Amino acid sequence: MASFLFRTIQSHSFLLCPTTLLRRNNGAFYCSMKSTHTQTATQEKQQPPPKIKSSPQGNQAKTRTLDRISKEYEAIIGIETHVQLSTLTKAFCTCPYNYGAQPNTSVCPICMGLPGALPVVNSKVVEFAVKLGLALNCKLSFNSKFDRKQYFYPDLPKGYQISQFDIPIATGGYLDVDLPVEYGGGHRRFGITRVHMEEDAGKLLHADDGEYSQEITFPIIYALQVDLNRAGVPLLEIVSEPDMRTGLEAAEYAAELQRLVRYLGVSNGNMQEGSLRCDVNVSIRPVGQSKFGTKVEIKNLNSFSSINRAIDFEIARQALLYSQGKADQIVQETRLWEEGSQKTVTMRKKEGLADYRYFPEPDLPEVILNKEYVDSIQSSLPELPEMKRRRYEEMGLSMQDVLFLANDINVARFFDATIEKGADVKLAANWIMGDIAAYMKNEKLTINEIKLSAAELAELIASIKGATISGKIGKEILFELMAKGGTVKGIIIEKDLVQIVDPSEIEKMVDKVLSENPKQLEQYRGGKTKLQGFFAGQVMKISKGKANPGLLNKILLEKLNAKS
Amino acid sequence: MLSTLHHPPRRLSRFFPANNKPRHFHTKPVLSSSQPVTDQSPSSTSPPESQILSIRHSLLSREVTATQLAETYLSRLKLAEPQLKSFIHVSNNVLKEAQSIDDKIKRNENVGPLAGVLVGVKDNICTVDMPSTAGSRVLENYRPPFDATAVKKVKEFDGIVVGKTNLDEFGMGSTTESSSFQVTANPWDISRVPGGSSGGSAAAVSARQCVVSLGSDTGGSVRQPASFCGVVGLKPTYGRVSRYGLIAYASSLDVIGCFGSSVADTGILLSAISGHDRLDATSSKQEVPDFTSQLISAALLESKPLKGLKVGVIRETLENGVDSGVKSTVLGAVSHLEELGCTLSEVSLPSFSLGLPAYYILASSESSSNLSRYDGVRYGNQAAAEDLNALYGDSRAKGFGSEVKMRILMGTYALSAGYYDAYYKRAQQVRTLIQKSFKTALDENDILISPAAPSAAYKIGEKKNDPLAMYSGDIMTVNVNLAGLPALVLPCGFVEGGPIGLPVGLQMIGAAFDEGKLLKVGHIFEQTLQGCRFVPPLIADGIPQ
Repeated sequence: MASFLFRTIQSHSFLLCPTTLLRRNNGAFYCSMKSTHTQTATQEKQQPPPKIKSSPQGNQAKTRTLDRISKEYEAIIGIETHVQLSTLTKAFCTCPYNYGAQPNTSVCPICMGLPGALPVVNSKVVEFAVKLGLALNCKLSFNSKFDRKQYFYPDLPKGYQISQFDIPIATGGYLDVDLPVEYGGGHRRFGITRVHMEEDAGKLLHADDGEYSQEITFPIIYALQVDLNRAGVPLLEIVSEPDMRTGLEAAEYAAELQRLVRYLGVSNGNMQEGSLRCDVNVSIRPVGQSKFGTKVEIKNLNSFSSINRAIDFEIARQALLYSQGKADQIVQETRLWEEGSQKTVTMRKKEGLADYRYFPEPDLPEVILNKEYVDSIQSSLPELPEMKRRRYEEMGLSMQDVLFLANDINVARFFDATIEKGADVKLAANWIMGDIAAYMKNEKLTINEIKLSAAELAELIASIKGATISGKIGKEILFELMAKGGTVKGIIIEKDLVQIVDPSEIEKMVDKVLSENPKQLEQYRGGKTKLQGFFAGQVMKISKGKANPGLLNKILLEKLNAKS
Repeated sequence: MLSTLHHPPRRLSRFFPANNKPRHFHTKPVLSSSQPVTDQSPSSTSPPESQILSIRHSLLSREVTATQLAETYLSRLKLAEPQLKSFIHVSNNVLKEAQSIDDKIKRNENVGPLAGVLVGVKDNICTVDMPSTAGSRVLENYRPPFDATAVKKVKEFDGIVVGKTNLDEFGMGSTTESSSFQVTANPWDISRVPGGSSGGSAAAVSARQCVVSLGSDTGGSVRQPASFCGVVGLKPTYGRVSRYGLIAYASSLDVIGCFGSSVADTGILLSAISGHDRLDATSSKQEVPDFTSQLISAALLESKPLKGLKVGVIRETLENGVDSGVKSTVLGAVSHLEELGCTLSEVSLPSFSLGLPAYYILASSESSSNLSRYDGVRYGNQAAAEDLNALYGDSRAKGFGSEVKMRILMGTYALSAGYYDAYYKRAQQVRTLIQKSFKTALDENDILISPAAPSAAYKIGEKKNDPLAMYSGDIMTVNVNLAGLPALVLPCGFVEGGPIGLPVGLQMIGAAFDEGKLLKVGHIFEQTLQGCRFVPPLIADGIPQ
């Protein structure tokens, strides 16, 4: 349908020069319907949030320098996060958004900014904004509005972005974070300045290879094309207070925000797909100084570990300049994190403050919330990560366990459901964090994709505790359940796995083994007591693993030592 | 604040110099018998009848076919077009669509209330099967993939879109001279402007090139050309008609309006296009009454049909700067209303004169933003350029005309950091004041009246190089847009000028969503106005040379 709206004109080369972003020989800038082979047609499944990797070991000297100067300087870090909302349709039109769809296949007159088209607010966007605002402990604006942020860029079809300027929907909240135990742990509360609603822009892609381009910043030797699938997709921008002091804190703040949006179901929070994008501002100052240093913005942070490493690099870079008396070389600029070289590099220097000529969006009515609406959303909020962690802590779990279980909402739900079925808390946690987590990792499955249900895990734990089966058999059953499903009882019956707890039956088996291995028995009685393990293994073998290990050992020992 | 409002209503005797009795107007033979016009009433001075109703009657009684009617209009359109240039594009499907109406009638199927009615559509309103240029080079040959909601509704009611009418580029202008494509002439005197920005739509209805037409009104763009061309023009309440598909000039002020040769036709067209639209968040959910049900036939009118109706005459609109001929014509209309039984009083709107600067700041600001999308990247004309800035700059420099560029510059300035408070914000405060003063005045009065424009149609080129003179011509109309109110302009007399005189329009302003009252009052006014037949010489005398 849209094809006649687009023209394809030949591609061109661009070069960078300081005053112009793009240069080309002749011809036109254009949109096209060209597909990108790097994209897949289906939505990637949500992966559990990765643990933040520690800084690369790097060279020792650098680490030592960082350690030394980090004592002399304090870093001030603030984060702007864009969260793409997982609404069925875009913010102001009825187009669906599917990551990775063919370029310009999910567009309409409204999100393409055709003449005469008008935006209409998707009420889910407001609902999600209120949800996140409440979850971040913010004050809501019952009377907010949309504004136009104006600038020219080829991925911005209307020449302005519908956003919120002076009256954001939520302000003045905070986010609680538990730092990982392996980094010393600790609880932090980071301030939230504001949350506001806005629309996403499209994407630029290189004409010849279909690769998406981040920004037109470095010498570009391709013509660019515009994909407007993402244009008009709803975003929430969350601005933090400058409360973070280390790369780790910043990364943990971002990870907590991801956890929160996933718990709330407002976004898939996927950083690789760009559903969660963080830009960080870093400045440093000598410890004890109250005046802030010059702030540098870092972009292109595609993972929590890159946030961590980029900030630590930037702190070290700035501290080094400071310590060398070159503080004036720290200028207000935007720097790009380069994953390959593990460095931040200058992307663009700020030429004064950009004037976006904000004014109230006349095509949209004000956003009016009422108390009933807010109350109904408040009461429908799920248990949030912080609440969950505190509850798990009270259940007696270690902080390590708490952080693991609450990290992924699906794992937490699975754990909660297992407990609800009466399973022992510590045992359930151990099973989930041990064999189940290992299996998921090996098979690259999420907890929702394995065939094991929480009810069956509870049953399994109960069966072991009640001595119906041994722990060893339990493990076997677990893998069967995870791979093929079924019930614990069914598998026990089907495979005849009920534990043998009748002492006389075990005694018979022990007798049989002892009589069949007279040589070993003699050796044992001659002092080679470690052969006990051999006898136990033999008995277990003929019992097909079903003999109760405690009973077996007890009876075996009695018999072995009886005549000596 | 409005001290005059507390005075007891008084007769407007001070408006009438003792020696100047309210004028009744000279008449003119309307049609030569050779004219291929089938829809004219027998008496040359009888009030206008609804063409839509008479078409419906002729079609349903099988007196005439939709095809015959369409052919008549099309041939007149083509005859007049070389001189008028009202249309940027004429549809190729008119006869085909007329034929399908005839087929329906032949099969005794129901046909919509606009069946067989040829509707002109201003070219800033999107139509799926025709170009929609907004009168701008930047959108030359642009064809939208969708119909504007108003157009969709016209089609649903079996109306036939005859073509796209000329306008000032993006609706910015008061003469239609700033169209990128052509200059439209006034059917009353082809050396004069038809007004603007909906000059093409007004001229087309005036010259009977179509039955009714759609225009848009941001600061008077329906009402002023209606006045200049001697037709009825209606600017509905903001939100009454969906703006979806109206190429935006200033979103908070833009409304789609109607032109007709009678009040009744204007009302029927308004009924067709009104109503909430889920595609326009600013369209109102207010119920849409049948605007024509209250229109009483002239024969059934009592002697004082408007007895008790309180009419406020806006003092500031009859002060300095208003052409004396226009003033006396409007005062004639005032006394006509009085004869109809209205109670007249003078009303002062102290913030009235602030409307013009506030309007030009707000409209320019919004337009500077609304026109950002014409960057040549996705549609429209794109300049060949060496880099991105040049691409934007050249595409826009070549695509936009000078009036549009001026307003983009003014608007960009007004919204810039450091100037926002002094201009945009202050203009918004003025807007609130204006809304309040209208509210007060309309609490006291049923309708307010004023001239539609300070003068009748002026010569082509006369104000082209004097934008301030042109802008000041909008003084009568911009306040109504700032307040979002409905207003009806209808012919009330003539002033000297042109071959047989130039029409003057009376503006009636109502409370929000009170279009029904305006149409009722306007209809009675029109049906009882003696000795005026608003058919321009272009039609009356055949096509003049």
